[in-house]
Amino acid sequence: MKRREILKGLILFIPAGGALRALASQGGPTVAGPKEGSGKPDAKVYDPESHYYGMGIEVDKCIGCNRCVEACKAENDVPQEPFFFRTWVERYVIKKDGEVIVESISVKGGARQPAVQEDPDVLRTFFVPKLCNQCANPPCVQVCPVQATFSTEDGVVLVDRDRCIGCRYCIQACPYGARYLDPRTKTADKCTFCYHRVVKGLLPACVEACPTQARIFGDLKSRASRLVRFTRMNRVHVLKPGLNTEPKVYYAQLDGEVR
Amino acid sequence: MNAGLIESLYELLEQVTGFIYPNEIEIHWSILIVVYPYITGLVAGAFILASLVKVFNVKALQPTYRLSLLTALAFLLVAPLPLLLHLGRPERFYEILLTPNPSSAMAMFGFVYAWYLMGVLLIEIWFEYRHDLILMGQQAGFPLNWVYRILSLFSRDVSEAALAFDRKAIGTITIIGIPSAFLLHGYVGFIFGSVKANPWWSSVLMPIVFLMSAIVSGIAMVIFLYMVVAGVKKEPLDMRCLDTITSYLFYAVIVDFSLEALDFIHRLYESEESIKILAKLITLKLFMSLFVLQILLGMFLPLAILVLAKSLKFNDELRKLLYFTSAILIQLGIFSTRWNVVIGGQLFSKSFRGLMAYKMEVMGIEGLLTALALLALPFVILAVLIRVLPTKSLTDQASHAA
Repeated sequence: MKRREILKGLILFIPAGGALRALASQGGPTVAGPKEGSGKPDAKVYDPESHYYGMGIEVDKCIGCNRCVEACKAENDVPQEPFFFRTWVERYVIKKDGEVIVESISVKGGARQPAVQEDPDVLRTFFVPKLCNQCANPPCVQVCPVQATFSTEDGVVLVDRDRCIGCRYCIQACPYGARYLDPRTKTADKCTFCYHRVVKGLLPACVEACPTQARIFGDLKSRASRLVRFTRMNRVHVLKPGLNTEPKVYYAQLDGEVR
Repeated sequence: MNAGLIESLYELLEQVTGFIYPNEIEIHWSILIVVYPYITGLVAGAFILASLVKVFNVKALQPTYRLSLLTALAFLLVAPLPLLLHLGRPERFYEILLTPNPSSAMAMFGFVYAWYLMGVLLIEIWFEYRHDLILMGQQAGFPLNWVYRILSLFSRDVSEAALAFDRKAIGTITIIGIPSAFLLHGYVGFIFGSVKANPWWSSVLMPIVFLMSAIVSGIAMVIFLYMVVAGVKKEPLDMRCLDTITSYLFYAVIVDFSLEALDFIHRLYESEESIKILAKLITLKLFMSLFVLQILLGMFLPLAILVLAKSLKFNDELRKLLYFTSAILIQLGIFSTRWNVVIGGQLFSKSFRGLMAYKMEVMGIEGLLTALALLALPFVILAVLIRVLPTKSLTDQASHAA
């Protein structure tokens, strides 16, 4: 091969590789795959400081199929009984006379609900997926007497079940009803954004399972992330902003009736 | 998994009205957490009554001074038990002391408690009883004499200077003790009042309302115990003391009622987002415990009885009966107050769209029987304490006998 061709090849290869790398890093965090031979992910490569996770929810895209809830329960070993949810889906039916009927479709054992009939009395109807808002100013972390629940550097609120004493102050302090006491361990539990998956560069189970991409997971620190794009393209709202919890779950097309 | 829990949750699911977040079905703070502020309230109230004697020099209350201190101690010893039994993982309770979260109101419990028990109450009781313990250590036979000697920490000095020091020490400790008692129970109010997610709790008045109701319940408890102890020992009641103490009770109830009324009117007038669900809460879920038990039977009726007893010239026997009745009614009222705060605050959804139900267990560790046992325990402890530590000063008794 001539020297000229090698140089030519290099000129093309280097920027192309850079572009590919940039594309690959979009949407999810960058984590090195398993080191050859070691079989374990290289812990040094995942740097929590360079990430800050959040979720976007496009209300109009949710079809109320409950698959996110089922995926969450399966992925995270959440008790199947309808009293323990890391995520759930609410259905709102707003009547012309102002009456608002809300129900959690996830409570009924995930059974598919019949569609709301065309009813002249119904003004609008929609589904709203709910989960822990992974607040930047979390009241649950503030009140935990033993620091069993804490905020990670990459913006996720977690519970250390080996430290939790089961006082349930965090459950009282959460304005969103996102926490429950795991009846098996008698410790508090909640959505982790599937932290075990996220640090490996995977998406949370609910996001992965959603057939309509109503849930968008991403890194607020990465300009190229889908979440940042979502917040750029939509007018977003958070739940109960008056409580100053600074949620990191952002809703697009959120109705004022949703609390 | 706990099959009983799951079964009862299915049962409760049927009783939900409106919409609640699905995780809200389980009522997490049970009857034990009702017992906890009730008991600490009695501690704070009894102590504040005792300090009236020493700090404000209300001589008429001297006959109940020691009884108040012992009552405070008996209830204080039991106060952490409902909290401990309520924990999901009680074996890890020490973590709250070893690695407390400085931003958590609840984490301060151990420190507030330890300070109040060991920094205030035990020291005051020791100084108050030191002279008597020395005397009893000399008079009693084996092995009781050793018990008294150990309790007196082997102190022997009964010189006038030493006794003067005792009195001075008690005065100082009481002065520290009053804000400490305020701290103890105001702090319990803060645990609830600082939960911004819960509009029924979140109120800056909460610690003050807790404190005032604590004073009410503590005074009423001491009246009750004073009459019971005198009855058991067949000792005459000091009517001047009883009249004075019930006057304090009367004023305390008035202040307590005013504060609660202020809280109520303030909420109603501000009429925030939560007002509709709170209105449903008090009319549908708390009608009996709030309007009937707390306000009517626990506040208005005893107030009326006290007014009657004070304004009409009844004889001693009838006054005693009236005072006794109102003291019991007030206990009922304050227990209902605690119930309405703790359980009431968990009966509506934070979506403000629905109401939950609470079904009290009977047998379980967080059930009725445990609560009753915890409520009975302080009286047992008190009976032992009174047996060991006389409620009347020995020197006073001697001078009376002379």
